[in-house]
Amino acid sequence: MTSAMHSSPPDRFVPGTFTPRPGAGAPGRMLAAQAGTELRLALRNGEQVLLTLLIPVVLLVGLTLLDLVALPEPRVDSVTPGVLALAVMSTAFTGQAIALGFDRRYGVIRRLAATALPRWLLVAGRLAAVLGIVAVQMVVLGALAAVLGWRPAATGLAWAVLLVLLGSAAFGALGILLGGTLRAEVTLAVANVVWFVLLLAGGIVVPVSQLPGPLAAVATALPSGALAEGLRTVLTTGAPPGLTPVLVLVAWAAVATLAATRLVRLR
Amino acid sequence: MSVRGLVKRYGRTTAVDGLDLDLPAASVLALLGPNGAGKTTTVDVCTGFARADAGEVRVLGVDPAGAPDALRARIGVLPQGGGAYPGVHAREMLRVVAACAAHPLDVGWLSGVLGLDACGRTPYKRLSGGQQQRLALACAVVGRPELVFLDEPTAGMDPQGRRLVWDLISALRRDGVAVLLTTHLMEEAEALADDVVIVDHGRVVAHGSPAVLTAGEQQELRFRARAGMDLDGLRTALPEGYGAAEPIAGRYLVQGRIDPSVLSVITSWCAEQGALADDVQVARRSLEDVFLELTGRELRT
Repeated sequence: MTSAMHSSPPDRFVPGTFTPRPGAGAPGRMLAAQAGTELRLALRNGEQVLLTLLIPVVLLVGLTLLDLVALPEPRVDSVTPGVLALAVMSTAFTGQAIALGFDRRYGVIRRLAATALPRWLLVAGRLAAVLGIVAVQMVVLGALAAVLGWRPAATGLAWAVLLVLLGSAAFGALGILLGGTLRAEVTLAVANVVWFVLLLAGGIVVPVSQLPGPLAAVATALPSGALAEGLRTVLTTGAPPGLTPVLVLVAWAAVATLAATRLVRLR
Repeated sequence: MSVRGLVKRYGRTTAVDGLDLDLPAASVLALLGPNGAGKTTTVDVCTGFARADAGEVRVLGVDPAGAPDALRARIGVLPQGGGAYPGVHAREMLRVVAACAAHPLDVGWLSGVLGLDACGRTPYKRLSGGQQQRLALACAVVGRPELVFLDEPTAGMDPQGRRLVWDLISALRRDGVAVLLTTHLMEEAEALADDVVIVDHGRVVAHGSPAVLTAGEQQELRFRARAGMDLDGLRTALPEGYGAAEPIAGRYLVQGRIDPSVLSVITSWCAEQGALADDVQVARRSLEDVFLELTGRELRT
């Protein structure tokens, strides 16, 4: 064997095939490609769909039709805001954390970080995918709730959109913090446990007003309680959500973002 | 690309210890060494994923520290072990990476020629090691980069896949792309590289073209003949600096530059002994021998 073994130009690669022509792609195309792929992946992953759509659908129907938790009539008006908050938490926090944990394990974050994709787009792509799934959830769950007799206060809808965006930011930043720092298996366990605890004790299934005193105080300061209570207020009364839920969500988003920018690792 | 005196430490371990490299355009540089020699660390520093503790690194005229966007747009990277979403289809992944480049290669063509079409709708995590590796390679070249870093590009591949990768690397070089390749496979470095840098414990132990590294005085001649011949006469007949031995009964080894006059000394000595030299082979050192000689260790450990 000698260096004369440099193969004569191989037939399968015509000369000039690889002539350098470097350059970064257009930001819009990069964003669409990354977010679109992550959105598709989430929608064809059975466990993710169970978490983001099936469980909220079952809870919406179950809590509306069965008298498991004491709620004012019409029950659907109290249940729906909680389920919408759950949907945001499932996608932006639990789903995002688990996906990021395994994405890191399989090296895709590192892979994308080695392309011309700017760092801010890498994060923006993930958040865009999250918002895409949240939009699908809001449409599906809202339509189903309407079938069950839900009639939200029309003046509260714009507030609801704002709260959902803030909730996505707070839960999304927490999800990125969790999935971006721990091992995939640990992330999976923590994200599911936190989801379950917040579901039952964080003001989602049981409204904050019906939780025992100290727990209610804690739940008010949690992103789950803030989002669920804020949505209950704006969607049932049409009035603004008040300052507390907004500040709680903004604070969680800010703290988690700050921590994530320092602690998240590519793999 | 040029690297001068690169040092990289992880805690108390020094992964790279004063490394120098040069890689001109349209050429292939192989970093050859055993696992843990510092090859991947070197690639990580050159691609901006790790910061050098000392030394000067210039990649396409730019300091790669922090992996600036403008630099990443000009290089292609195959990180060790590849990388993709666990549930993604090969072609989907290639499309995402292609979208990050201004003038990417045609994704359909590239996935066909690299045999990725056979992966179909199989999620990435269920692809074979060789298929994952071919996808990683496609991702590294799809953006038509000027400089490509390939960290163990044929790891986990069958011989056919390896042949394909070798063809691809030759084509890259022919078309003007510079390639930095890490490998622990001798054949790979010998077959592809213009320049080989042998590293061990983070240091360069040898550097040169495969021909230079393996040529020179360090040739040997092996033959078979009747066992137990007296080698003293042969040692006297050979010029100064030559060695002769019978490592295994009936197998003889002469070390030194083998030219026609030396060959005739050997055959006439055999004739004097009434023996016929059989199965005569003149062998050049392989890079494997060079590594063994320089480090006292086998490469594949």
